[in-house]
Amino acid sequence: MAAKGRDSSRYQVFSRRTILLGGVQFAAFGVLGARMYDLQILNRDQYKMLADENRINVRLLPPLRGQVTDRFGTVVAGNHQNYRIVLMPEQAHEVEKTLDLLSRIVEISDKDRRRILRDVDRNPGFMPITVAENLSWDQFAEVNINEPDLPGLQPDVGDSRVYPFGPELAHVIGYVGSVADAEIAKDDDPLLKLPDFKVGKNGVERGFDKELRGKAGTSQVEVNAYGRVIRELQTDLPRQGDETVLTLDMEIQRFVWNRLQGQSASVVVMDVHNGDIVAMASCPAYDPNAFITGLSHAEWNSLVEDDYHPLINKSIGGLYPPGSTFKPVVAMAAIEAGIDPTARVFCSGKYQLGDATFHCWQKHGHGPMDMHDGLKHSCDVYFYDVARRIGIDAIAAMARRFGFGETYDFGVPGAKAGVVPSIEWKKKTYKAKWLTGETLNAGIGQGYMLTTPLHLVVAAARIANGGRPVVPRIVRSIGGRILVPDPLDDPGFRPEALAIVQGGMYSVMNDRIGGTAYKARLRIPGVEMAGKTGTAQVRRISKAERVTGVIKNDRLEWRQRDHALFICYAPVAAPRYAISIIIEHGGSGAGVAAPVARDIMEEVLKRDPSRLEAYATPVKPGSGEAT
Amino acid sequence: MSLMPMTGRPMRLRDKFFEFNWGFLFLLTSIACFGFAMLYSVADGGFAPWAIKQMIRYGIGVGVMIAVAMIDIRIWMRLSYPIYAIAFVMLVAVDVVGFKGMGAQRWLNLGLFQLQPSEVMKIALIMALARYYHGLTLEQVSRPLYVLIPALIILLPVGLVVAQPDLGTAILLSAAGGALMMTAGLAWRYFIAAGAMGLAAIPVGWELLHDYQRQRVFTFLDPTRDPLGAGYHILQSKIALGSGGLAGKGFMEGTQAHLNFLPEKHTDFIFTMLGEELGLFGGITLLALYFMALMFALHVARQCRNHYGRLIAIGVCAALFLYVFINCAMVMGLLPVVGVPLPLVSYGGTAMLSLMFAFGLLMSAYIHRNVEIPRTPSLLW
Repeated sequence: MAAKGRDSSRYQVFSRRTILLGGVQFAAFGVLGARMYDLQILNRDQYKMLADENRINVRLLPPLRGQVTDRFGTVVAGNHQNYRIVLMPEQAHEVEKTLDLLSRIVEISDKDRRRILRDVDRNPGFMPITVAENLSWDQFAEVNINEPDLPGLQPDVGDSRVYPFGPELAHVIGYVGSVADAEIAKDDDPLLKLPDFKVGKNGVERGFDKELRGKAGTSQVEVNAYGRVIRELQTDLPRQGDETVLTLDMEIQRFVWNRLQGQSASVVVMDVHNGDIVAMASCPAYDPNAFITGLSHAEWNSLVEDDYHPLINKSIGGLYPPGSTFKPVVAMAAIEAGIDPTARVFCSGKYQLGDATFHCWQKHGHGPMDMHDGLKHSCDVYFYDVARRIGIDAIAAMARRFGFGETYDFGVPGAKAGVVPSIEWKKKTYKAKWLTGETLNAGIGQGYMLTTPLHLVVAAARIANGGRPVVPRIVRSIGGRILVPDPLDDPGFRPEALAIVQGGMYSVMNDRIGGTAYKARLRIPGVEMAGKTGTAQVRRISKAERVTGVIKNDRLEWRQRDHALFICYAPVAAPRYAISIIIEHGGSGAGVAAPVARDIMEEVLKRDPSRLEAYATPVKPGSGEAT
Repeated sequence: MSLMPMTGRPMRLRDKFFEFNWGFLFLLTSIACFGFAMLYSVADGGFAPWAIKQMIRYGIGVGVMIAVAMIDIRIWMRLSYPIYAIAFVMLVAVDVVGFKGMGAQRWLNLGLFQLQPSEVMKIALIMALARYYHGLTLEQVSRPLYVLIPALIILLPVGLVVAQPDLGTAILLSAAGGALMMTAGLAWRYFIAAGAMGLAAIPVGWELLHDYQRQRVFTFLDPTRDPLGAGYHILQSKIALGSGGLAGKGFMEGTQAHLNFLPEKHTDFIFTMLGEELGLFGGITLLALYFMALMFALHVARQCRNHYGRLIAIGVCAALFLYVFINCAMVMGLLPVVGVPLPLVSYGGTAMLSLMFAFGLLMSAYIHRNVEIPRTPSLLW
């Protein structure tokens, strides 16, 4: 049959091509099988890892920041549980609506709302945004219960830093704040990248930030593609930052703070033997608690524009001419330069250098002065004379031996070195020749000489302790490890020279006649204090004014008034504490600064642990309580 | 030469039930069971919402298949052109009349199934081509005029489908049609010419592609280009497959699937989930089952004593093969992402129904394999 034949020919072709089709299909399935082998056997480990990377999320668990306490264990920087609500933008469908619902439970200010919406736009969707903080337990519980109706909102317990003493310790402790980009660049600690993580921004918080910060823990959680945590796989708990014990006595600090209220002032109280800072106050200050959450523009401006500079830690960062408190140093320099301390200089109230006349604060003159009297009366003419004779470099060298010009890196950042002028210094700084008149000014702690209250207290301590080179210490221990400052070379003061200076400073306070600060002597029977007043001039007094009479401080505007300074130590018999005080534009050191220092010293002595013990024992019953 | 178009004694329904290859149905059911298992797993161990619906659909599909198989192959042959015509009209209607906003492809919603003209066309095209070549001698097949007609039969619906746009179906239609023409005995020169033209048309075709289609090609060429965007699907699919390893992570233990890193895991990417949970073993087993089904179809084609049945078997075989290959190659990152489901396994009613209908045709060809149908001279009837 023809048809049949034709059918058989097309069947033959069909049959061949069917086999070919089968072959193609077999080959194609072979390709699929090979690909599966490639993916699932050869590259299994790589894909397994990628799958784990997908599903396992390592979350950093921020550590609790270490506490800071005073020397007796009073917490001065702690943590408190902060109930808050965070928003995960990618899980919230309609942020505005969610916020509306939340605002029925927690009040959300318009400002906060704007901030949240702005952050939602700006940040990647997986970055949580804090919506509300510091909720009450009731509010927090209510949000927890309603969580299913508030998509994207998560209740969260954070720890926030709290400074129970607020401004009283602001300059010492500093505060914590959000991490700046520059800090991330310098420090590769992954904790810094956590949102809401805080680092020390100032004070001890910054100086010992690494130690206080602690060590991050990790939590491995399984998450789904939307970032929701399905279960926890493994947790490695964080380690709290080291507890930091300060050398401060909070009771004394508080007393000092209260005593300085209303002034722009600074006080540093130091243990003359080990350099421990018992109190360090700079007034006025700010509330560090407010800095944690951030200040408003207006709040910030009012702090910056305040004439009393509340943001500056005057104790270590305020630079002042030391005035007459520098005279003990000049005296030491003179003795070591071979000046006979018993030699007298006649003070007529004026000192002539060429055409220039240098005045003593005592217009009518002190008469013949030896070194002891010079210190006691704070006679300017005496010190003009010796300064001129020994030269500026001898004064500068001695100042450095007392610690002036030193930058103390003791855990509170921002310590300034001040200026210790010398011939070389002036050449370098002003490209100018040193003038003898400038030496005279330096002799009374004026002119180029600039120092901080911390330098002054160190100098006072070195005078008091017989010349041992104490350096300030404010952090006693960290995590149980006692910090001992590196010892300095002994400045090698001659004991007889120190004795003369100590004697002069003793008379300042205890000589009824002529002692510039006799009125500010201690009121504790049997306990005496040595000190040196200083009144640093901040304006030039013209010749015309000399003629008509120098304008009294209280008739000048505040900025033009003299700085009142005072350094002291006690008890004279067995020196234990040194104090430096400066009251900006306060007037006379003797009249304004010394009485405050006296009150503080009495308080310090009253609270001296060793002395308290002595009082407790009935051996010395009659000493009486200082009040 | 008899004028009677049909030869051989008519078969009774009982005989047809005996002739029905129940082993093949068992094979299909085994494949479908993989799907049920995976859909059960996707729902975290629940028959709702996918597995149970899929089972019901498969049950209906089995009914359709048996019913189609029972109908004489000659009747299907007679219906070939009318069905093609209806499908074509439906396609035109969707393209021209259909409102884009209402979902361009949808035509009829039959509860569990949605009737898509493009799905109907897949079967209609095979039937029409089989019918056409049934009537040609080997010599006629390669004559230019006789090539033009099947070319139009294929390209007209392809053009309409591309316009929808549904690239996956277009590829499927043209490739299945090509396979049919190839086995019908079309001279190789036509294929070479078509291939050359295809290559030449690539730049033009590229211009015609939609943006998202071009993105898919870019993504295919380099999935890491945009790992969270366009490359995400394919990257996560490879991770899921690769991390499955030899034996898989265990049934219902696939992290990629269950934690939602894997997209479309109950539809187009179901093979990935299978590979993740059941490993190379599971994947190869399923591919082996598919391969057995393909071999059965080729076996039917070679057993058939009528040309129409042979070509129907080839058409069904080619369609099944293309579905499986394109889907698997896509999830393995061997082909760009095209929306082609894995037959009988992916969740979805329309594809399931048209497939089971096609298997019914295959089975009808098998049952009536001994029926001889003379080469009818008429093109239309």
